[in-house]
Amino acid sequence: MSTLTEAPPPLTPTAPEKKPPRKRGRLVPYWLLLPGILWLLVFFALPMIYQASTSVQTGSLEEGYKVTWHFATYWDALSEYYPQFLRSVLYAGSATILCLILGYPLAYLIAFRAGRWKNLIMILVIAPFFTSFLIRTLAWKTILADGGPVVGALNTLHVLDVTSWLGMTSGDRVLATPLAVVCGLTYNFLPFMVLPLYTSLERIDGRLHEAAGDLYAKPITTFRKVTFPLSMPGVVSGTLLTFIPAAGDYVNADLLGSTDTRMVGNVIQTQFLRILDYPTAAALSFILMAAILVMVTVYIRKSGTEDLV
Amino acid sequence: MTFVNWLKRHLVVIAGLLTLAYLLLPNVVVTVFSFNKPKGRFNYEWQEFSTAAWQDPCGVAGLCGSLSLSLQIAFWATLGATLLGTMIAFALVRYRFRARGAVNSLIFLPMAMPEVVMAASLLTLFLNMGAQLGFWTILIAHIMFCLSFVVTAVKARVMSMDPRLEQAAQDLYAGPVQTFLRVTLPIAAPGIAAGALLAFALSFDDFIITNFNAGSTVTFPMFVWGSAQRGTPVQINVIGTAMFVVAVLFVLASMVISNRRTKQKA
Amino acid sequence: MITVTTNKTDHGGDIRLSGIAKTYGSFTAVHPLDLTVPQGSFFALLGASGCGKTTTLRMIAGLEEPSAGTVHLGDQDVTALPPYKRPVNTVFQSYALFPHLDIFENVAFGLRRRGIKSVKKQVGDMLDLVQLGEQARKKPHQLSGGQQQRVAVARALINHPKVLLLDEPLGALDLKLRRQMQLELKRIQTEVGITFVHVTHDQEEAMTMADTVAVMNAGRVEQLGSPTDLYENPRTTFVANFLGTSNFIEAEVDSKSGDDIVLKAGGGKLVLPEARCGAATTPGGKVLVGVRPEKISLTHADDAGEIPEGRNRINGKITNGSFIGVCTQYVVDSAVCPDFEVYVQNVDRDTRLVPGADVVLHWSPAHTFGLDAAQDIDAGVEEGAAA
Repeated sequence: MSTLTEAPPPLTPTAPEKKPPRKRGRLVPYWLLLPGILWLLVFFALPMIYQASTSVQTGSLEEGYKVTWHFATYWDALSEYYPQFLRSVLYAGSATILCLILGYPLAYLIAFRAGRWKNLIMILVIAPFFTSFLIRTLAWKTILADGGPVVGALNTLHVLDVTSWLGMTSGDRVLATPLAVVCGLTYNFLPFMVLPLYTSLERIDGRLHEAAGDLYAKPITTFRKVTFPLSMPGVVSGTLLTFIPAAGDYVNADLLGSTDTRMVGNVIQTQFLRILDYPTAAALSFILMAAILVMVTVYIRKSGTEDLV
Repeated sequence: MTFVNWLKRHLVVIAGLLTLAYLLLPNVVVTVFSFNKPKGRFNYEWQEFSTAAWQDPCGVAGLCGSLSLSLQIAFWATLGATLLGTMIAFALVRYRFRARGAVNSLIFLPMAMPEVVMAASLLTLFLNMGAQLGFWTILIAHIMFCLSFVVTAVKARVMSMDPRLEQAAQDLYAGPVQTFLRVTLPIAAPGIAAGALLAFALSFDDFIITNFNAGSTVTFPMFVWGSAQRGTPVQINVIGTAMFVVAVLFVLASMVISNRRTKQKA
Repeated sequence: MITVTTNKTDHGGDIRLSGIAKTYGSFTAVHPLDLTVPQGSFFALLGASGCGKTTTLRMIAGLEEPSAGTVHLGDQDVTALPPYKRPVNTVFQSYALFPHLDIFENVAFGLRRRGIKSVKKQVGDMLDLVQLGEQARKKPHQLSGGQQQRVAVARALINHPKVLLLDEPLGALDLKLRRQMQLELKRIQTEVGITFVHVTHDQEEAMTMADTVAVMNAGRVEQLGSPTDLYENPRTTFVANFLGTSNFIEAEVDSKSGDDIVLKAGGGKLVLPEARCGAATTPGGKVLVGVRPEKISLTHADDAGEIPEGRNRINGKITNGSFIGVCTQYVVDSAVCPDFEVYVQNVDRDTRLVPGADVVLHWSPAHTFGLDAAQDIDAGVEEGAAA
């Protein structure tokens, strides 16, 4: 007790400070924001403006480019490359749906059924990231190789007949077909689907399942009426995190596809880095950006979720 | 019938494990083919077992140079993005200020933008400014696209922090600076670490943005890309496998250590 | 100005709030409030959630800036001082123990921030005081709720604050532990002699521990006094209902006889000592007559003749009786009040007292209190039940 009854504390503030109310650094947030926001403004927002300006320039590499408000570039780019645009949407859309179908059970498994294996499975989902995705994508060349076991199995099961009929494959090949590209896209962006799904599933109180069961819901009804609606935030952010990068990707189409599977990313890359037709490349990139922003906005509005990642 | 019932009950588990297998299959292939001795320039078909590549991982011209360059860029990009991102995250969670909506959009947009769009527009900026493409332009680009992810990770952690902890520190005679250093920062540390780890992984593995803004500088992903056109040396499989194993061991070790620590204290 | 008188001479730990108020936009959390808490007292702010009690506490701690008014500690105006410069410490709701520091470092935190180098002895003594000497190197999450609570108290007390503020400190504990900690806190307060200001929504807790209780409602202090005073002489229906249970009868002032007022209610007469009436007593005026359930005796109608003269009586019929151990709680339907509550001690149980039985309720006029009739009879009922 001695410690408590000792002399009063040494802490006694000197001369009473006068009001007015304490100022708690009203400028602090702005100083905290300044460097990062400046970085984003200069290296993210400003480039967009440069790109917009480039897209309406005419000229040549030798003579230099000038802004001539040549909007025809957009029309020309669209009419020449609309197949690639369509392919991008189609491939990225298919990959997103496949990711959702494949990723949901895995996320569900980690969230509710993995028990003490939970951490290990989490590690196994994330660990492949540490092997460069290009190396892993190249591995699909081996897996889907002509005459390999996978193609052989698909052939025996007559899956390839179906996909051929759908125009996804041709003959006995999988490599260099749309199927290979979609398969690669699905593979590459699957973790971006699984992780948000897992996060929102994990937040669901396990007792809700029991409550639903108690109220005469069959497991499938419980899933449809309780689990899935509650995981919607994860579904929304997962689909966006999959679709957006997939739509702009050119690596899978390049490594696993052929000239018939070129996506809009491939066109932008070639125009920019090989053909050096900057206005066309800028216009294409701008259209892609606008299209994705519109789609994302509509999608977020429809699904009614505000918080994304 | 019992088998059907068993199947029904474990359908989710089976489907989940199949997906997991799909995710891991390429890594298995990469590992197996790191022991291959290919006949031609490309390492896509199994020929015969060999440990030659493992004995000489740097045996291909430029490979280890590109790896070291990627590690350096990832290091500095992580440092820059974590610093700037943490500051933004604190400003967003802890302060009221004008233009919050605009700031939030500016943070969000880079994550909602296909990489190829950011890559192309950044290149137009650099070309217009006449910047020399290379190490610095790559670093600038990497900090830019890692920033938003760090903000998101740190923000989540700071938001879940009980504001009473900082009030308790103030109540116990810690001024604003002391409160930040002794309480806020240590508690936010896991979020900052998660953001930094994410930034490192994103930067190290980035290809698309680097491809546009690297000029003639070759990072590790650029090296792999180039070799996919010219011929894939077994050594890239060796590096890929080694990084996978190191990452898994690192995580497992940290888990074992933290487990042991809690057990000791309990 | 509400003042609690004290005969102590040292006023260094007095808390004086003058006209203190807090508004958030158009919402007023605390209406201008004058309050003096004398040095060394155990003071409780009691009220339902959202009544402004925590805001008041936080203004004393410096965690909330008052919109108006001043806070004095002793003779010193601390209104403009940030929390880290006030000689006041807080035990936070759900404790706010630093999760990244062990128990020792949590307790040493305040000492270290004030530049005290050798903290080992002090922290050790303090941990022994709260019986946690063995747990010094554990992290907060490894302790039980009761232990965490004691760490929170130790962490604040080690700084010898002039005032210790406790924000619902026992809210997270189970009932039994709460009772134990109430006595423990009371003991510590008596030993260290520091002013304690305790915020709680639990009326029993406030009454067990505090010397003085301020009952708050909607940003205002309804009544302030000792626990007995508040319980026996509530000034408003809110206080009467929030602290325990009260029965109310609407009555009309009939006449005065000596120190008593005679009231008419439902054809019968009731007597109320004038001193216990908080309302105007002009003949013909309305008064709410209150009586606590445990003050009432219950006699079967057949034995009505045995009731002594001079007691207030009401006839009724039992509608419900629940046996709860120490007593039986009856609900009685009467002409003046449809659900009169009566608690009868289980001494000699009258087997005739079952639902449907005709009974006479009677109690001493000295246990009757009178309130202004122009207020809500049920004010504070919900809040009291929730607490």
